[in-house]
Amino acid sequence: MRILKLIFKNAFRHKLRTFLTVLGVTIAILAFGLLRTVISAWYTGVEASSASRLVTRNSVSLIFPLPVSYKEKIRQIEGVKTVSFGNWFGGIYIDEKNFFANYAVEPRTYLQLYPEFVIPEGQRGAFFRDRKSAVAGYKLAAKYGWKIGDMITLKGTIFPGDWDFVLRSIYKGRDETVDETAFFFHWEYLNETLKQKAPGRADQVGFYMIGVTDPNLAADVAAEIDKTFKNSIAETLTETEKSFQLGFISMSEAIVVAVQLVSFVIIIIIMAVVANTMAMTARERIGEYAVFKTLGFGSFYISALIFGESMFVTTIGAAIGIVLTFPAAEIFSKQLSTYFPVFNVATETIYMDILASFLVASAAAIFPAWRAVNIRIADGLRRIG
Amino acid sequence: MDDTPIVEIRKLSKSYRRGNQIISVLNEISLDISRGEFMALMGPSGSGKTTLLNLIAGIDRPDSGTITVGGIDITALSETELARWRASSVGFIFQFYNLIPVLTAFENVELPLLLTGLSRKDRRAHVDMALRVVNLSDRMDHYPGQLSGGQQQRVAIARAVVTDPMILVADEPTGDLDRVSAEEILELMERLVHELGKTIIMVTHDPRAAKTAHVLKYLDKGILDAHPQVDF
Repeated sequence: MRILKLIFKNAFRHKLRTFLTVLGVTIAILAFGLLRTVISAWYTGVEASSASRLVTRNSVSLIFPLPVSYKEKIRQIEGVKTVSFGNWFGGIYIDEKNFFANYAVEPRTYLQLYPEFVIPEGQRGAFFRDRKSAVAGYKLAAKYGWKIGDMITLKGTIFPGDWDFVLRSIYKGRDETVDETAFFFHWEYLNETLKQKAPGRADQVGFYMIGVTDPNLAADVAAEIDKTFKNSIAETLTETEKSFQLGFISMSEAIVVAVQLVSFVIIIIIMAVVANTMAMTARERIGEYAVFKTLGFGSFYISALIFGESMFVTTIGAAIGIVLTFPAAEIFSKQLSTYFPVFNVATETIYMDILASFLVASAAAIFPAWRAVNIRIADGLRRIG
Repeated sequence: MDDTPIVEIRKLSKSYRRGNQIISVLNEISLDISRGEFMALMGPSGSGKTTLLNLIAGIDRPDSGTITVGGIDITALSETELARWRASSVGFIFQFYNLIPVLTAFENVELPLLLTGLSRKDRRAHVDMALRVVNLSDRMDHYPGQLSGGQQQRVAIARAVVTDPMILVADEPTGDLDRVSAEEILELMERLVHELGKTIIMVTHDPRAAKTAHVLKYLDKGILDAHPQVDF
């Protein structure tokens, strides 16, 4: 107990220095935690993807459509359980800055494939019945103050014109990894309108979503789908939902790597700051360590004093940093919901925070402890007075 | 005083390297210190007094020669054994007291006992006793910064005696004190010898302090002078 008391008292000998070091660690851990959360948020789509879902798109590019007639052929392939399809709509709500993902989908099969979108039964039925209806995620509805029954108009970019929808349903995510900022409506509404206004673009879909009977069959089913449409007018590329999402992320991989690098650089900088504090501390107290050694205290005790103090100061900063990460992430989440629909601090991020603070504290104490342990007592005592 | 030597030093030599130069500090010194003796070690600056004291206390290593304290040849001990021996057998009194500023007088005196395995209750009893000996029981909760120089040195003496060591080594114990405080400290050290039978080896420049001692040794250029002429 005495050693803990001594560590505690030593840590507050230079209150300003300790305060500034704690502040530095707090900011570093907060920044580290937020950057790690940004990286997690980047991969949220991948994490949320299911192993039993496949995505089929035009093999040339995602922007080229596929005929809606492929649906029945895909359904007949062995191992296929559900086939849904849709188009990226790319509509704008009032202003371009109000970006959110919006799709035209085949509602029944789409919701079968996505049981993680939890919709009250009454609202589900209302959505199915009304072809001009739409579903919005809980966060999206909250952001724009939408309520059930509200009329929402999206300005089409890919499909020009003003598109009116009646909000019939608001979904919630089954867990916190589910994106609650999406907006989707009946593909039939889109297709019927296109038949009237741009018949050449009708009866085409941007992607197929396919549910397989067994995740172990996913690779075989994907190969079979692509084989079926080989040498057709629109060849397909089928991959798991996870690969599909990773494909998007790979386009921005350089940014993810840069964010990762910055997060580690922050830890290295704070390591230098804490090491500097501990080096100053040990240099000032070298005479005291000599006294401890004179009294018979061994290397373990001297090291424990220095490591303990480094650990104590870093832990206070890290704890405050971790606690602050949650409200900070909440603010980020609200401000950047357009870019990061899911911005939750993962448990792994907290573990990484703790590990980082432990490494910082240990690395910062190594040299001062080595110096204090190895200094000759007579030399140490000479520094006093 | 018991004539049996508690410290036996034989042909002790110590030198330091400064750059390419080797400086001889102690040159084949032999010395006996009896149990219950209060010995003062005088000499000019750089004569090797503190080096000899450090060697006797086991905080430095000689180049050659032996030091036997209470029958143990401390020059043959490993660093760990030496640290353990210091903890149990030597009490230290320094010129600048060397108290830990963030610990109270009680906690400072208790420090050496943390290595003994005594219970909290027993440690408290020992510390109470040591602080009573130096007449500072009423200041046990004060921090060093709240005490005068003389009081701090008394706390340091309590810390030195709390483990009931075989020998006490004191390096200029009155060097940082005013005359009145210095006299109080010397009086206290004399009481430790007379009443508790402690053996004290004291390095000093102060002739008045040396006069308090029973035996005076004079060290000059690393050699002990058997018949010093000290002007008191």
